[in-house]
Amino acid sequence: MNVQIVKYVISGLIVLFTAYPALLCAEDKYTKARHALIKEIIADVQATSLYLDKEALDPRVMNAMAKTLRHEFVPFMQKPYAYQNRPLPIGHGQTISQPYIVAIMTDLIKPKPDHRVLEIGTGSGYQAAILSEVVKEVYTIEIVSALGKQAKKRFKELRYRNIQSRIGDGYYGWEEAAPFDGIVVTAAASHVPPPLIKQLKPGGLMIIPVGSPFLVQHLVIVEKHADGKVTSKQILPVRFVPLTGGH
Amino acid sequence: MTTQYSDHTPRFSIALISATALAYEVLLARLFAIIQWHHFAYMIISLALLGYGVSGSFLSLFAKRLLNQYATAYITNIILFGLSMLISFLIAQQIPFNAEEILWDKFQLVWLFAIYLLLMLPFFFVANAIGLTMMAMGEQIPRIYAADMIGAGVGSALVMVLLFYIMPNHLLQVLTVIAIGAFVLAWLELRMPWTIRVTVLAVLAFIPFLLPNHWLDLSMSPYKGLPQLLRIDGTNIINTQSSPLALIHVVESNTVPLRHAPGLSLNATTEPPPQLAVFSDGDNMTVINKETTHPEQLAHLDQQTSAAAYHLVNANSNLILGSGTGNDLLQALYHDTPEIDAVELNPQMVGLLQNDFADYSGNIYQRPEVNVHIAEARGFVANSRKHYDIIQIALLDTFGASSAGLYALSESYLYSVEAFEDYLQHLTPGGFLAITRWVKLPPRDNLKMFATALQTLKQLKVTDPNNHLMLIRSWQTATLLVKRTEINTTDIESIRKFCEQRGFDLAYYPGIDATEVNRFNILREPVFFEATMALTGDNKSSFFEQYKFNIVPATDDQPYFFNFFKWGLFRELIDLKDQGGMPLIEWGYIVLITTLIQAFVASTALILLPLVFSRQNKINKDKNTILSFLYFLSLGLAFLFIEIAFIQKFILFLHHPLYAIAITLAAFLLFAGLGSQYSGRLQQRLGYYRCVRLAVLVIVVLGLFYNLFLDGLFALFLASETPIKIGIAILIIAPLAFFMGMPFPLALAYLNKNFSSLVPWVWGVNGCASVISAILAMILAMHFGFTIVIIFALMLYVIAMMLFRSLPLAKGMTPTSP
Repeated sequence: MNVQIVKYVISGLIVLFTAYPALLCAEDKYTKARHALIKEIIADVQATSLYLDKEALDPRVMNAMAKTLRHEFVPFMQKPYAYQNRPLPIGHGQTISQPYIVAIMTDLIKPKPDHRVLEIGTGSGYQAAILSEVVKEVYTIEIVSALGKQAKKRFKELRYRNIQSRIGDGYYGWEEAAPFDGIVVTAAASHVPPPLIKQLKPGGLMIIPVGSPFLVQHLVIVEKHADGKVTSKQILPVRFVPLTGGH
Repeated sequence: MTTQYSDHTPRFSIALISATALAYEVLLARLFAIIQWHHFAYMIISLALLGYGVSGSFLSLFAKRLLNQYATAYITNIILFGLSMLISFLIAQQIPFNAEEILWDKFQLVWLFAIYLLLMLPFFFVANAIGLTMMAMGEQIPRIYAADMIGAGVGSALVMVLLFYIMPNHLLQVLTVIAIGAFVLAWLELRMPWTIRVTVLAVLAFIPFLLPNHWLDLSMSPYKGLPQLLRIDGTNIINTQSSPLALIHVVESNTVPLRHAPGLSLNATTEPPPQLAVFSDGDNMTVINKETTHPEQLAHLDQQTSAAAYHLVNANSNLILGSGTGNDLLQALYHDTPEIDAVELNPQMVGLLQNDFADYSGNIYQRPEVNVHIAEARGFVANSRKHYDIIQIALLDTFGASSAGLYALSESYLYSVEAFEDYLQHLTPGGFLAITRWVKLPPRDNLKMFATALQTLKQLKVTDPNNHLMLIRSWQTATLLVKRTEINTTDIESIRKFCEQRGFDLAYYPGIDATEVNRFNILREPVFFEATMALTGDNKSSFFEQYKFNIVPATDDQPYFFNFFKWGLFRELIDLKDQGGMPLIEWGYIVLITTLIQAFVASTALILLPLVFSRQNKINKDKNTILSFLYFLSLGLAFLFIEIAFIQKFILFLHHPLYAIAITLAAFLLFAGLGSQYSGRLQQRLGYYRCVRLAVLVIVVLGLFYNLFLDGLFALFLASETPIKIGIAILIIAPLAFFMGMPFPLALAYLNKNFSSLVPWVWGVNGCASVISAILAMILAMHFGFTIVIIFALMLYVIAMMLFRSLPLAKGMTPTSP
């Protein structure tokens, strides 16, 4: 029995001594990984420029990507992969989106510093955090209460003061804070809720990724024109032409 | 080879374990389709079946030791088979394998491999039991094989029935009980004394009943629709039903309304009425709409692209194919259609609306305007003499599964050229066929559908096929409209108005102008318009070639509508993996190819393994070994090629996938079993080679005859009642299967007599070949069609016969005395 206790104490000490320097180094590692990721996204966007109609994304968006600590938005087990350019599972059957897609989506709603943006589907809170760096106010709604609570706590801990979050049904948007300059719908929906279109300012943009949790097929931008007319635009976030030889 | 208890052939227990193993195979397909997705179910089970091959290698190396204790080894394997059926699955479903992460996260491959290994175990043990018996009682091989086949035949039919009455997870327990029953039967058949060893085994057999009940709950992938919805507060499962077609869950959502209305116009202002969600296999959500006395609550039904047909024709009669939980039916009723034929394959879906939720849904299937038919769509149309103003094919699958190309492996007779011919011939002169599919980017389904309609119209010899089509789209769905007669200016005006009001885009109508397209749901390039222009122009074939997805129309012989895969595309998208390319990969075909590669590599290793260690088990690496290998390889490939191709052909005849699969499979196995049984006697009269030659001759003649005349034969009985059709199907299969059951046991008995050390090895070769055969048959069918698959099979039978002829003594061997 005593031998057992001694074994536990020794292994505990070993873990502590090896983990402590690792923890100190971790921040440094994350910063490096984040910068590498940003370079990767810049290259990917350049490669896809023709299809996104731009050579580079808004520098403010890229700056937000470089600033936001993605590793703080993923579960402990996923931290080592936080800066890989891929979606990651965050539990509750949800994912944190691929950074490349997050960057493009944020850019596509043409965010301005005085904008007010609504997000439907908070998830980990990463998309809201990126938005909060480039607009004035972010309102975000999550339907899964466990995720909503987690994200709220995270926003508080990381001091995102311009993010308002709540748990509930996103279909009717956030009436009290409407209208919005932009709406990001990350939750799966069978159609665009009419109340959300109503809460979009004339000239406002809504973006919806279409696909499954790990694989975003294409992006839909819904635009409400000054005259109230609503149109959509579909974007394939990849350098791809459906005909061979056609570029 | 003589061993203990060799006088008593345990034929009944062999039949029982074979029945259980085949039932388990079918059940696994159901279970994995529920907890994962259909295509991965396919891959996992194909590879798990390699357990038969592993057994061959294992027996090659260790049979000698086991045969000394044959009876104990036999019942031990039965017990382990029973236990591993349940335990392997329970562990496998806890493995956190996520198919969607496979290209992002290499560790997923480790999980996948672990699942293969676990699920291989039951098949390994059952193959050991049968293989050992064949080795122990060599003279009885035809009878043992007959028991094996007949058992499997009964099992295949029985499991389909049981799935209607027992939930899939509990059926797993039932099969374990049956396996234990087989253990008792084996003990009686072998007339073993009751020893301590037997007592221990008997006690072990009760382990499954000691497991806590919740361990049996199915652990569904958290990324499927049902678990996702259930995470929302206030959601509850209120009804669950099982059938071989699907496991159905009905979910109510008390706090957050469901509001399912795919493809709704961006201009819509109304919200759907309260709904209940209905999931098939935990995904593919549809809804039951609550009855409402306010028609405006159903206004969303007129704000979808699928409503277009109702604005083109004043419909007096409507046919809805795949009416399911009644959405399209409600749409037809909303548009005041006086007479509607609603066709649905799954009786439980209709049952939900007629019984369990009749009050909730307003009992729409009982409305005077509605005639409901539980039938397969093609079969219903083929047998119907009515003509309709609108034939509507519902949007049956979900976007997620459809967009990832997961249906590529599913045969679909709903969207083939021949199917379109049937539909168009059942339209009234001014009637429309309306088919709605999801919009994918770049477009696939919609274009293939368009091309299929064009080809059908051409085959029906209409003057100008281009003048019979219209295609419209929203950001989410596209609807193809095909008219029996030419589209006129009134039609064009109506569709323009319909689209303009709802913000839908026109993609094609005869005479469409480039300025009219891509106005509301804007694509970078007007690809729908450009593609339809190319398809209706002179360079259609070069467009098929140049388009990066496969959009060549499907036919009944190559019924893979959902296979859009092209190799060039795969290479390009893998390079663009991190830049958003991965979601465009069509996964179904990739899964098929990787399954084949894995099966091939594993089989090669399994077949070579006993040869490497051949010193111990005396397998000579000589000509006879190679000839035997090739013979059993050919047979393994050929048998399943024919079986699979005929299942497909009979689906079209019996018009119900379940009946067709159950009847064809059971008939093939039962009659092959009888053939095997008879081959023992026939061999005594004719000798081995002449017996094989006779069997191959009959198979080839019948195979060619069926290939040429089966369609004509089917046409003769198309309108007959189902029981008559089933009888005809069995009559057609019986002689072919009877003779197909002969070459394998004959050659095995021959080997047992002359090269007995090869018996377990070729048993394994056959196991591996069967796995490869099932996969290869599908690949060949995708590329060349099922007719060619049958031709390949017949060639393989002829090759096998020639190989057998070259084996020493086979030809000249005199018949054995009784």
